[in-house]
Amino acid sequence: MNKKWLSFPYILWAAGFIIIPLAMVFYYGFTDRDGIFTMENILAILSPEHRKALFLALVLSFFSTLICILLAYPLSMILAKMGNARNSFLVLIFILPMWMNFLLRTLAWQTLLEKNGVINSILHFLHLPGIAIINTPAAIILGMVYNFLPFMVLPIYNALLKIDPNVINAARDLGANGLQTFIKVTLPLSMPGVISGITMVFVPALTTFVISTLLGGSKILLIGNVIEQEFTQSGNWNLGSGLSVVLMIFIVISIIFSTLSDKDGEGTAI
Amino acid sequence: MSNRLIDLVNISKSFGSNLILDDMNLYIRENEFLTLLGPSGCGKTTTLRIIGGFESPDHGKVMFNGTDITSLPPNKRQVNTVFQKYALFTHMTIAENIAFGLKIKNKSNAYIQDKVKYALKLVNLDGYGSRMPDSLSGGQQQRIAIARAIVNEPKVLLLDEPLGALDLKLRQDMQYELIRLKNELGITFVYVTHDQEEALTMSDTIVVMNQGYIQQIGTPEMIYNEPENAFVADFIGDSNILPSTMIRDELVKILDVNFACIDKNFGENKPVDVVIRPEDVELLAPDKTQLNGEVTHLIFKGVHYEMEVVANGFTWLVHSTKLFPVGTKISIYVSPENIQIMHKPVSVDEEAVSIDE
Repeated sequence: MNKKWLSFPYILWAAGFIIIPLAMVFYYGFTDRDGIFTMENILAILSPEHRKALFLALVLSFFSTLICILLAYPLSMILAKMGNARNSFLVLIFILPMWMNFLLRTLAWQTLLEKNGVINSILHFLHLPGIAIINTPAAIILGMVYNFLPFMVLPIYNALLKIDPNVINAARDLGANGLQTFIKVTLPLSMPGVISGITMVFVPALTTFVISTLLGGSKILLIGNVIEQEFTQSGNWNLGSGLSVVLMIFIVISIIFSTLSDKDGEGTAI
Repeated sequence: MSNRLIDLVNISKSFGSNLILDDMNLYIRENEFLTLLGPSGCGKTTTLRIIGGFESPDHGKVMFNGTDITSLPPNKRQVNTVFQKYALFTHMTIAENIAFGLKIKNKSNAYIQDKVKYALKLVNLDGYGSRMPDSLSGGQQQRIAIARAIVNEPKVLLLDEPLGALDLKLRQDMQYELIRLKNELGITFVYVTHDQEEALTMSDTIVVMNQGYIQQIGTPEMIYNEPENAFVADFIGDSNILPSTMIRDELVKILDVNFACIDKNFGENKPVDVVIRPEDVELLAPDKTQLNGEVTHLIFKGVHYEMEVVANGFTWLVHSTKLFPVGTKISIYVSPENIQIMHKPVSVDEEAVSIDE
């Protein structure tokens, strides 16, 4: 029963659309326009504007991830505590936005937050002062949290669901009150889910350029925007690839971090 | 073994429309090994969880040493539980698992270390303190779960089918281990199981339950030798249960044959159930008694032969060390003290004794 050939289409796909493009990114990243080896494109990250864009991307992703954890954890606990029959509807509500196109969702936020957008119109109608959130880092964080929250909820929810209720009962039985049980038992046992959620939110948030373009205007540049501009506007593929390689290092670090703390692959299910 | 330590008074509990316990009354004495025995869904685990504080009864109250503890949360009760499937903290070492309850109570480090060492020794797992629970076998994990509970010096240890996940040999070893532990600790054990052999081996008192009702409370000998109804007789060991008629005191008509017995006060010509254990059925040469039959099945069981004998239209289960090949004509004799007479169920709660399998 040798069915290895069944994997052939995928191998073809992986080679054509993952391996070769990746190799090309590395090739461009380590060469200049004449195809001669150089470290310049990599070291370009050290220039002030690139450093600033990378730093801002790290800060915004960090806060988005943090807010996602703070929102997702209590929610997951509520979902996990309810019976399967009752919570499937709620889980559906949280997954529903994920089925809609990512661009559409972000565009919707733009329409809502704009100077003359829906929210400000309502506030104006009620004779309340308008809000000027569009084109600020806050709007970008809002967009990130909104788009990536489900990726935090599901792994945490799965991890919590896997905890044997009797383990919680055992902690209570041995004298722990509700808070002690949470800190000493529930939280550590759900950590694989939290860490997997962190990776799944932090990595796409770090590399996004759509959210920052739509909700941050042209003023706020994240590292994703810089790379995008090098490819689409400046036509400097070498610099774009070099910066991508640097960004990849950060992604690889966060993935290693998550695999190390989740040896059983428990929290990664989605 | 005199003080009533735990009193369950008029306990009722339903889950949705499902009545689990109906007006249950039970007391547990100090230093007693009490077993709640019954098939799944009989309410035995719910009873244990009510004592532990993980479920609250819809009606009734739980008394502990004379105080009402019905609404007390589990962490405030002087009982500890050994859970089914161990429920160890997999993110902690064995020593941390055992120390959990003591750390919560802010005991000194020296005291905790001593206690952990003592507990590991007590369950024969000296030197396992730094291992992780996942690296231990099922039997070892179960002993850690017991150690984790008893270091807190509870007045009562609740055990919820603790041996259910273990294989037969290990289960038997653990039974003796539990008896030894109980004697060494001198505390009350409340044990839940569906395994009648486990219950008979370990208990001082057995409470047989079915469908939310207590069927019989007694010592293992009483439960086995004098079952009060057909359910108990059938659940505890193999048995022949025969619908019969009590002719008068000390005489019962089984399958149209009169047998002498030792029971009295059942009235005259009253329908009753009779239970006869397979090892109490004696096979004699044909026509030695009025009940003649023929051996139809024979299985070798090691200690004895198990036979099926058809006599007067009833298939008898017989255990004997003597071999009677299939086809042998025999007659059946039962000595009077081995005939156990039981009332037919009359009231609603006794309906629960009907054996639906």
